[in-house]
Amino acid sequence: MTATATPAVGRTTERAGGGALAGTGVLLRFDLRRDRVRVPVWLAALTLGTLWVAAAFPQLYPTAAERQAAAATMNSPAGLAFTGPAHYLSDYYYGSMLSHQMLGFMVIMVGIMSVLMVARHTRTEEETGRAELVRAAVVGRHAQLAAALILTVAVNIALALLLTLSLGSLGIGGVTWAGSLLYGAAHAAAGITFAGVAAVTVQITEHSRGASGMGLAVVGAAYLVRAAGDSAGSGLSWASPIGWAQQTFAYLDNHWWPLLLNLAAAAALAALGFALSTRRDLGAGLRAARRGRPEASRALTTPLGFALRLHRGMLIGFAVGMLVLGMSYGPFLADVETKLQSVEVLKEALAQLGGATFVDSFIAMIMTLLAVVAAIYVVIATLRPRSEESSGRAEPVLATGLSRAGWLGSHLAVALVGGPVMILLAGLALAATGAPTVDESGLFWEIIAAAAAYIPALWVTAGLAVALVGWFPRASALAWLVVVYAGVVGYFGTILRFPGWMSNLSPFGHIPRIPVEGFSWTPLLVLTAIAAGLIALGLYGFRRRDLETK
Amino acid sequence: MTTAIAISGLVKTFGSTRALDGLDLTVNTGEVHGFLGPNGAGKSTTIRVLLGILRADSGSVTMLGGDPWADAVALHPRLAYVPGDVELWPGLTGGEAIDLLGRLRGGLDRRRRDELIERFDLDPSKKGRTYSKGNRQKVAIVAALAFEAELLLLDEPTAGLDPLMEVVFQDVIGEAKAAGRTVLLSSHILAQVEKLADRVSIIRLGKIVQSGTLAEMRHLTRTTIEADTAGRVTGLEQLPGVHDAEVGDGRVRFAVDGAHLDGAIRHLSGFGIRALTSHPPTLEELMLRHYGDELAAEHAAEHQGTRQAVRK
Repeated sequence: MTATATPAVGRTTERAGGGALAGTGVLLRFDLRRDRVRVPVWLAALTLGTLWVAAAFPQLYPTAAERQAAAATMNSPAGLAFTGPAHYLSDYYYGSMLSHQMLGFMVIMVGIMSVLMVARHTRTEEETGRAELVRAAVVGRHAQLAAALILTVAVNIALALLLTLSLGSLGIGGVTWAGSLLYGAAHAAAGITFAGVAAVTVQITEHSRGASGMGLAVVGAAYLVRAAGDSAGSGLSWASPIGWAQQTFAYLDNHWWPLLLNLAAAAALAALGFALSTRRDLGAGLRAARRGRPEASRALTTPLGFALRLHRGMLIGFAVGMLVLGMSYGPFLADVETKLQSVEVLKEALAQLGGATFVDSFIAMIMTLLAVVAAIYVVIATLRPRSEESSGRAEPVLATGLSRAGWLGSHLAVALVGGPVMILLAGLALAATGAPTVDESGLFWEIIAAAAAYIPALWVTAGLAVALVGWFPRASALAWLVVVYAGVVGYFGTILRFPGWMSNLSPFGHIPRIPVEGFSWTPLLVLTAIAAGLIALGLYGFRRRDLETK
Repeated sequence: MTTAIAISGLVKTFGSTRALDGLDLTVNTGEVHGFLGPNGAGKSTTIRVLLGILRADSGSVTMLGGDPWADAVALHPRLAYVPGDVELWPGLTGGEAIDLLGRLRGGLDRRRRDELIERFDLDPSKKGRTYSKGNRQKVAIVAALAFEAELLLLDEPTAGLDPLMEVVFQDVIGEAKAAGRTVLLSSHILAQVEKLADRVSIIRLGKIVQSGTLAEMRHLTRTTIEADTAGRVTGLEQLPGVHDAEVGDGRVRFAVDGAHLDGAIRHLSGFGIRALTSHPPTLEELMLRHYGDELAAEHAAEHQGTRQAVRK
């Protein structure tokens, strides 16, 4: 499509402020209005999360010796993979500690925020057809993407300012104003890069789910690349936008120039996004829609087959992701074994835990995180029928001979089997790539057992989600709190030494941490019973409530 | 059984909104029943109660001899449903969606399915996301009509169909009627209802305000009369039931209530009728009559500067 240059059109666009960008200002205000709750929640969560950890450090590591011990713990390929480059450890004071342990993790969150924000204001609008209404007004071709990008950049800058001001005023040793300014800017720069990534992915596919999925996959890949680079001490970290943010060594060396890489990448990606958007029609993707079968297969038209078809993409995507995740941690097992043995302090600490080996505790820690990722799948799968309901697609299906329990149950069955499949795939990948490198007999099956032990916790997660769908459908997104809580306790529980009751609140806290702890049936059976109760409750609630209609 | 649907005193509230406020509706077996009313009157809510998708707050509802809420699964294989706003699965083709809905209901007639796809000129190999609104509607119509349902619940089924397809739809419903099936047709396309329906119920603010055959309803409302007469007509305005009389030289035009038609014509014949045309009330006029006072109330409210009496 090329612009037609009749005089009338020229005059209109001139008045509205420049051709393809006409209407950007109005749309920006509109986007801001739509995000008036979302943006403050993101900003508050990210800032408070950082402040909480920063404020906890002086109590956790009051003496230089303790900070030295913490640095020694981190100085292993596995420790560095989870945190950041080893150079931070050279002067491990509160500032560099914060930057080392938190920056990589928080930038993932900022990346998620930025990708979702861009996709929400561009591709989601197109997919729902609302963009068509907007574009029919005096709005230029690039205005929606431009407004979404400006909004996301502004939110990232606001986050940088909030982090700078709040961290700087904490007055913690080593957390300097200069360092805080760079620390905040590193978040923003990485976030802006991922906004650029999303500007490209929203052009490629017709679906916002696919577009944000691709964007989030890039965020995840950026984290994995820097993890690999940092753990090996290689230059691979320089291939990742998250790596660039960490290479600023905020609070330690305070280099600003790596952020130029972030900004240059963001500018290039945004330009690519704008260029690609001119090569497609509104609402279309760059990939043409394919035709499908004119008739349904036998398998599709059974309730379970139908549910499986709707879950297929997510199921395959997650399965591949879990395999990759498990494989990416496997090779560290041998490192953990050899490198950590020399650290005397740690040996004593682990001895107090009941004589577990480094490898065992590393496996237990990895497994917690893999279980959280599997729980993400479980929540997505269990909430799927809810989105079928609110989009109006459940109505014609429930007007057939399919019962409500049968319909919800078939989706739930996918979640109840899919979740365990995810954690077992990750366990299998970890065991297959890790166990042969370590001289410990029976480790392969111990890893599988460690993974299997999380299955009841995944079922409880599904149970909570389905209970919400059955009784409080509008609040069903609260099921995500289970995952967020388990993730926070799993990731920060070790860094911040949470008290026991905090992890006991989460179903994941009751799982025996194999191979550090022995296998125990009781908690698993209790969790399974709770899950069964919640599922029965959810199905009962769904059978007696009104279906939500459009 | 002679009654397919029997509803009495049905109440359904959503929070403080009373969507259905003591609705009574009877649909006889084998009839096409027009269900008329403006947006928001409660047509879709009624149909969703019949589908067991919404639960009635009070009142009794019987459909095909069962309770639509408690016996939903047993009743659904005997009925077909076309929603007014069809949402399809973006990754499934239209053909797959038709087969899915048909087989979940308990089986569909392959030959009939293919015939309907042909008649409605539908491409079943396109993915759900690529269909236009009219084509999504066709998918739902084909899925509903591709098997022998006893009862068809159609909620503004032709919204988005082009006039050609509208004709095809009317033919297909006519065939269903000939085959003795019962149809509840919610609509605000009056021509469609006039053509298809045996009986009509008019819903307003969650209540049925009028129900009956079109002939009965017309009897209750005004007929427009135009006549050429030999002399100038006098005394017409004083007759009971005569409205809006326009009397010219040798020409007269007025509306008269059904009950007073006979008297008016007698009076007119005294002036020597040369030509006479009468227009039976159209459904538009029937509906406007029932909503007329509401429109008047809206005007009054606007004049007072308040909008609280305004409903969509």
